[in-house]
Amino acid sequence: METEFTPILAIVGGVLIGIASVLLMALHGRIAGMTGIVGGVLPPFSSDWTWRAAFLAGAVLAPAVLVAAGYEIPFDVPPSTLALIVGGLIVGFGATLGSGCTSGHGVCGMARVSPRSIVATGVFMASTFATVYVVRHVLGGA
Amino acid sequence: MRLFSALVIGAIFGLGIAISGMANPAKVLNFFDIAGTWDPSLLLVMVGALVTTAIGYRIVFRRMPAPLYERAYNVPGNRTIDARLIGGAAIFGIGWGITGFCPGGAIPALGLAEPETFIFMAAMVAGILAARFLQVTVLKTATI
Repeated sequence: METEFTPILAIVGGVLIGIASVLLMALHGRIAGMTGIVGGVLPPFSSDWTWRAAFLAGAVLAPAVLVAAGYEIPFDVPPSTLALIVGGLIVGFGATLGSGCTSGHGVCGMARVSPRSIVATGVFMASTFATVYVVRHVLGGA
Repeated sequence: MRLFSALVIGAIFGLGIAISGMANPAKVLNFFDIAGTWDPSLLLVMVGALVTTAIGYRIVFRRMPAPLYERAYNVPGNRTIDARLIGGAAIFGIGWGITGFCPGGAIPALGLAEPETFIFMAAMVAGILAARFLQVTVLKTATI
């Protein structure tokens, strides 16, 4: 399934993600890593779960408000339901074991020039490229 | 004020993810499919986010001795590159490649109220809890 190259929206969206990351550090002293933030609102709850819950609520509400205002957000999910379940388990497991995902390691950690984050980002990007290649061009899936 | 601030920052993050296309698994997967229907958008998302954050962090750490609402910055001090980090990252990449969802993309995608996102999120939460259980029982390390 083809998707349109959207350079302006990509850069504007990326800058907004960056602004949110900088503000979370400046105001709350925290890394904007989604795996860690979600992990903190799951049992056993971290003592500071309230700001995490507020952050997550904002992150969910913003796109909902955009859609309600009539802005169209393209959304297509090529994988099957089974693939979503298996892949979801793998994402949660791997990101927790590796202490971070695209936002925590890929944006915040890389911006801090953290050696751990640079290595982790290199590894998961390579792993994702390889997985997509295998799924699409070896196994012939979506 | 502290919670309202977190809500607004979360909204800025969610807005950025939504308009950049990171909440759309088809678009994310196409970035990784150079041999097929390649869409380079995600590279620009990463560059925009990374450059903004790198510059912003520099200014914040230089000008502000402590964050506004906390006594000190809470940043990871661990610098050890171990098998857990590399293995976890490699495993995460497999899941990202299968689904096109990463945690930062899936949370704002929940706002679109599509069933696929809820299925993914439920499985992701189970994966997080499984990894924590493993860390506490077998690896004997603190949770994140």
